[in-house]
Amino acid sequence: MDQIFLQVLNGLDKGSAYALIALGLTLIFGTLGVVNFAHGALFMIGAFCAVTLQKILTLSKITIDPTKTDFLGNPAKIKTPYVEGWFGPDMGAMIIDWSVPMAVLFSIPVMILVGFIMERGLIKHFYHRPHADQILVTFGLAIVLQEVVKQFYGANPIPTPAPAAFKGSFDFGVMLGIDANKVIYPYWRMVYFLFSAVVISAVFAFLRFTTFGMVVRAGMADRETVGLLGINIDKRFTIMFGIAAAVAGMAGVMYAPINSPNYHMGMDFLVLSFVVVVVGGMGSLPGAVLAGFLLGILESFSSMNEVKSLIPGIDQIIIYLVAIIILLARPRGLMGKRGVMED
Amino acid sequence: MTKSNLTRRGLIKTGAAASAGLAMPTLFTGNVWAAAHSGYRNAPTNGTVTLGFNVPQSGPYADEGADELRAYELAVEHLNGGGDGGMMNTFSSSALTGAGILGNKVQFVTGDTQTKSDAARASAKSMIEKDGAVMITGGSSSGVAIAVQGMCQEAGVIFMAGLTHSNDTTGKDKKANGFRHFFNAYMSAAALAPVLKKLYGTDRTAYHLTADYSWGWTQEESIAAATEAMGWKTAEKVRTPLATTDFSSYIAPVLNSGADVLVLNHYGGNMVNSLTNAVQFGLRDKQVNGKNFEIVVPLYSRLMAKGAGANVKGIFGSTNWHWSLTDAGSKAFVKSFGTKYGFPPSQAAHTVYCQTLLYADACQRAGTHNPCAVAEALEGFKFDGLGNGPTEYRAEDHQCFKDVLVVKGKENPENEFDLLEIVEVTPRAQVEYAPDHPMFAGGELGKCNPGA
Repeated sequence: MDQIFLQVLNGLDKGSAYALIALGLTLIFGTLGVVNFAHGALFMIGAFCAVTLQKILTLSKITIDPTKTDFLGNPAKIKTPYVEGWFGPDMGAMIIDWSVPMAVLFSIPVMILVGFIMERGLIKHFYHRPHADQILVTFGLAIVLQEVVKQFYGANPIPTPAPAAFKGSFDFGVMLGIDANKVIYPYWRMVYFLFSAVVISAVFAFLRFTTFGMVVRAGMADRETVGLLGINIDKRFTIMFGIAAAVAGMAGVMYAPINSPNYHMGMDFLVLSFVVVVVGGMGSLPGAVLAGFLLGILESFSSMNEVKSLIPGIDQIIIYLVAIIILLARPRGLMGKRGVMED
Repeated sequence: MTKSNLTRRGLIKTGAAASAGLAMPTLFTGNVWAAAHSGYRNAPTNGTVTLGFNVPQSGPYADEGADELRAYELAVEHLNGGGDGGMMNTFSSSALTGAGILGNKVQFVTGDTQTKSDAARASAKSMIEKDGAVMITGGSSSGVAIAVQGMCQEAGVIFMAGLTHSNDTTGKDKKANGFRHFFNAYMSAAALAPVLKKLYGTDRTAYHLTADYSWGWTQEESIAAATEAMGWKTAEKVRTPLATTDFSSYIAPVLNSGADVLVLNHYGGNMVNSLTNAVQFGLRDKQVNGKNFEIVVPLYSRLMAKGAGANVKGIFGSTNWHWSLTDAGSKAFVKSFGTKYGFPPSQAAHTVYCQTLLYADACQRAGTHNPCAVAEALEGFKFDGLGNGPTEYRAEDHQCFKDVLVVKGKENPENEFDLLEIVEVTPRAQVEYAPDHPMFAGGELGKCNPGA
């Protein structure tokens, strides 16, 4: 029982990342009709927003300490972050410690700008091209973006820790009256799950309760009619692309402490997120979220030793296996609508 | 109007004659001619000898590959008489003079392995066939090293392995044309086990998470055998797919298994992520069976430790070499590399630099680049001054035997490179094994192949 509870918890944070990326993918597909294979790269750029802010905050004044030597035997260079000089050592250290949560705010304008440039600069030229062309060009863009990041930051992962206040794990075992250490879960992963729940709710609320959202939803349902009403739907869809980029970016920022960011982390998530979108139903926002959590939890269960001993290698294929079964039973996915990507 | 007498048959004859004429210069001066007249493939021509450096220049190990390339370039510079000579000044063999190899200026070509066996084989093949490389060296993965070693054996050139730690490289997949300076999984386990016994006692239960490929399997087998021999029990051995990025679902059940030690048989990005996840789960703050929970990383790399950040603090592992060593060879290499590039070399850089010097030295002593003569010069060769103390290239399996470093993540690093500290230098005798040891059995060196 405790093992099942543990794997559900594990699946929630994996599912959170899948759901956030899949949500952005679906938003772009639903509004612009573009299959965006560069969406994983946006997640990666988000994580590197966290790395960049950490680097900015740790920019240091260099002084020479003649009492110490470096690895070549020369007088050692001592680095003191400017923020520690400006705000005092304690306050400065705290600002650096909280760089990841601060990077969420930093990432929003950066990601909206990246999304805007991407959409206006490249993707809009492919609106009326076949989906295969869109996939090729956005996949190419993803490769270019990750190589650019590699050029600046190198190929090795860069540690981007969570604030010290969130280190360690919560013992659900003690809380639930089970033995201690039976069900533990890191604080930061709980934060990640709650964060993604807030972001997903905010996106749904934005689409449902604002005029802008209503117009966008109307445009998703019938673009031509909305256009005939004199509404510049293209402009709103471009803004939605920026919002989808910001959602992916924020998901990347908050994921940075879970696994040290590296330039190819976007690709690791991209394929799975596409499976999530397809399983959820192309163009269905609730479907993307539901499928994200469902597949995240299933993936966690499949890596249990008990399951692996029954079906070796199941952890590597479970998502695709479930996708096949769901698509056989429901060809449009869990919550797919008639007419989406159907001729 | 003119009438042409050119027929189809005539055109073919003329074309063939012209092609033969064009091919003539390279036929008699190029590699084919040289091979035919010297009895081995890619003999040096025009006073230059070409070495092929096959490293990951793209993909997840690109930083490690970049560090290897820096060391190779430094080695070539030193062999050609440039720079301060680095470890050539401390090397116990005095065959190298700084005038290239056998009077031929050393030049090099590079290939990108992408850390994929097929890409690595293709780039090695291209360097041998198109660029005339007489020796191939490099690699940052055992799968790649084993694949390229096999290819070099078939092609008839020497392969000087770079960073490859699987027992199989000089075990069941060993080849007569292949040589490894780097240590292996068995040696890591043999060096670590006594230190773990001293630190954590004999009443421990280990849980293994293992990368599911050649290196991971041999690392798991080696460390499990070594720890079980000193009384530890093994709770579980779990194989993790190489592509795994989030290890939480593998780490979550560890505490429930009754284990009080987690052994991470992971390298590279796998190691960074699994260690980070394990620390996130607070495993190191837990008490199990009345003891502190511990984590062990059998193979450490400074470049990877950097990726895991503060999570490596206090965690034990092993390494082939570390820049903080104070012997004359290590100091000379660190000075030479650090002055040129501004930071200390990694263990990957060290092993490939050594391999280049060892190959050049063997050619000098053999008086030829012929792979069979070079192999003979390397077999049983005993040397010192290259940063690992007295070392021997064992003739039976082409594995270097030397001391092994047990290290731990430094608690209070003084700078960004100061991530690991040496805990113990395990003597060679403690990590040595018989050539027919079961973990290395199943393969034959075979005969050396000169390629012509």
